[in-house]
Amino acid sequence: MNSTPGESVRGLPPTVEELPAPFGDSALPEEPLVVIEQRHSWISIDVPELWRSRELLYFLIWRDIKIRYKQTVLGAAWALLQPAFMMLIFTLVFGRLPGVSGGIPYPLFAVAGLVPWTFFANAVANSGNSLVNNVQLVTKVYFPRLLMPAAAVLSGVVDLAFAALLLGGMMIYYGVRLTPHILMLPVLFGLTTLCAISTGMWMSALNVKYRDVRFALPFMIQLWLFASSVVVPSTVIPAHLRWLLYLNPMSAIIEGCRAALFSTPFHWQALALATAITFAAFVVAAHVFKKTERGFADFI
Amino acid sequence: MRPIINIENVGKQYRVPSKRRAAYATLREALVGAFNTSMKRLAGRAEMNEEETFWALRGINLDVYPGDRLGIIGCNGAGKSTLLKILSRITEPTEGRTRLYGRVGSLLEVGTGFHGELTGRENIYLNGAILGMKHAEIEHNFEEIVAFAEIGRFLDTPVKRFSTGMYMRLAFAVAAHLQPEILIVDEVLAVGDAAFQKKCLGKMSEVSRDGRTVIFVSHNMAAVQNLCSRVVWLAGGRIVQEGDPSRVVSDYLRTTLTTMSQQTWNDPSTAPGNDRVRIHRAAVLPANGMLQDHVTVRTPLRVEFEYWNLRPGAQLNLSVVVRTEEGSPIFSTASFREPEWHGKPFPAGLFRSSFEIPADLLNDGVHRVQLDIRRNERDLVFHMDDILVFDVLDAVEERTAWFGKWIGTVRPQLEWQTGLIEDPLRPDIPIRDVISML
Repeated sequence: MNSTPGESVRGLPPTVEELPAPFGDSALPEEPLVVIEQRHSWISIDVPELWRSRELLYFLIWRDIKIRYKQTVLGAAWALLQPAFMMLIFTLVFGRLPGVSGGIPYPLFAVAGLVPWTFFANAVANSGNSLVNNVQLVTKVYFPRLLMPAAAVLSGVVDLAFAALLLGGMMIYYGVRLTPHILMLPVLFGLTTLCAISTGMWMSALNVKYRDVRFALPFMIQLWLFASSVVVPSTVIPAHLRWLLYLNPMSAIIEGCRAALFSTPFHWQALALATAITFAAFVVAAHVFKKTERGFADFI
Repeated sequence: MRPIINIENVGKQYRVPSKRRAAYATLREALVGAFNTSMKRLAGRAEMNEEETFWALRGINLDVYPGDRLGIIGCNGAGKSTLLKILSRITEPTEGRTRLYGRVGSLLEVGTGFHGELTGRENIYLNGAILGMKHAEIEHNFEEIVAFAEIGRFLDTPVKRFSTGMYMRLAFAVAAHLQPEILIVDEVLAVGDAAFQKKCLGKMSEVSRDGRTVIFVSHNMAAVQNLCSRVVWLAGGRIVQEGDPSRVVSDYLRTTLTTMSQQTWNDPSTAPGNDRVRIHRAAVLPANGMLQDHVTVRTPLRVEFEYWNLRPGAQLNLSVVVRTEEGSPIFSTASFREPEWHGKPFPAGLFRSSFEIPADLLNDGVHRVQLDIRRNERDLVFHMDDILVFDVLDAVEERTAWFGKWIGTVRPQLEWQTGLIEDPLRPDIPIRDVISML
């Protein structure tokens, strides 16, 4: 974005006009710090600028965390209660079906899927609405807009940590022993975050112009839940149709989480596909976001 | 000297949704059309054919030099805010290029990003980061910000419990300690009490004394003239005039003022009215008759009506209601005590009636005049709302610290008196104990 006017004269001796004046403007840089003009760049993300804004990202995350459970009685316990209640419901409905959870007690099976899923679902919902919910900031201050959906996703990590306590507690209760499979967990977490940021970025950009997103998003997330192997494993689907399920990266990621926690075999092909789709989605979402970004303040 | 901001042919075009939408003949076409547009929308592509455009800003060329205090004035919709938004990078220009040779801090609103649930301390950090300060910078200025805001012991109270004044002070304090080379301020002085406004102005001149550059948008001409070293006047998205503040401000005021403060109809057959009375001219002007002066709260005014009486023998009475811009009545007056013609039959012909509004009666703002003419003290023969609309400005010479709007529909200058009625040296006075306790 920082283009350099006068590039053509570089290397030539400075003309009289360019020589520093005796005082006053000697402090002014030779090159403009910023050139404001319409951008036609195809480069999706301005990484140096994002890096310079890392403190703001930190403060936005911090703000989200600070205010999330203000004026609630149970506070951060909600982060734990959400997946716990879901687990109870699913256990009541599906827990009796034989063989669904592949030898793992159904409550444990459900929680292992619900904890990463809750993180993902909240992240998508929050970041999808992040720009619209911060109209005041978007129309009054400049900052890389990408920080907004990104902060909304990342602030969910604290909730994830609380929810992980539930998961850890249940694993101890059922006497699950960890193996090196657990080392895949950070990778899967990274993939989940990237998938959430991609979706959130795209949805938040669309939301600026079409508020339909605000209403459609909860339904979309609900449907997505049932297509993500959270409730029942992918094995309930006939083998020749299972690849359809794996087009949804979250399905492979959640099954991957179970494999990491319960030391069952990983489905590497599905994970590879999920990774490829997530990165592709990120590139597309970043492009859509960047393309609509310059109009945010005008449309929001 | 080299400019710190170089604005080159900048323009901003906005799209406005067109009223006529593509008409679909059949349900099938409608469905297909709706599907196609939604697909385009999903891909983030706007559909151009459904929209019309207008230029909010066009062909702006301007150099701003270090240490300038540049004021931007103009009516609503002149493009002032658009220009500020482009300079603060909130919105992109459609054409042209702006080069910034310094860090910009923009203050388009006091307290951007403040969150009610967070404490004063937390908001200082958050707001600072949003305005572009580094964490270390905030730490470094923290004590000073708290002192400037005078919030002392409320530092750890959520700001939703702050009074408006405290909230504003804190918000401005953070922004004022932002140390950009270029400070952009939009109409901040419209809020807050006199002391706060004085502080803001003081801080802004301090900023420019340090050699930093201030760009200031305001509708408050007194503040602009006091603070700015240079003024740009925008109208219809273009620069009309640029230069010395008092000159540009007075030219601006003159053109905006005369819009409706005088109306003339020369043809007695089409002028407003009927077969009894028609209006020739209506005007409000300074009582000394000098049209070039702009009207301030200090200006005595004369309101004049010239009208044709078409029916000989009618007894005519004029009555006038002066209203605020919002339409609430300020006062009404009628010609019942007019010495020459009241109660007498008017022959056919052109008449002029006028009255004066003394100085220091009207508040500043837009005023609307309604005229009624009655015949024989009974029948309403003519009525017109907003026959005159005129603006009364704040008096520039009134250089007190107060730059806000005076509350009230009128603003009389009243004689105040203060005297000492209890001598604290007398022993029988209870106030003595209070004073000695302090």
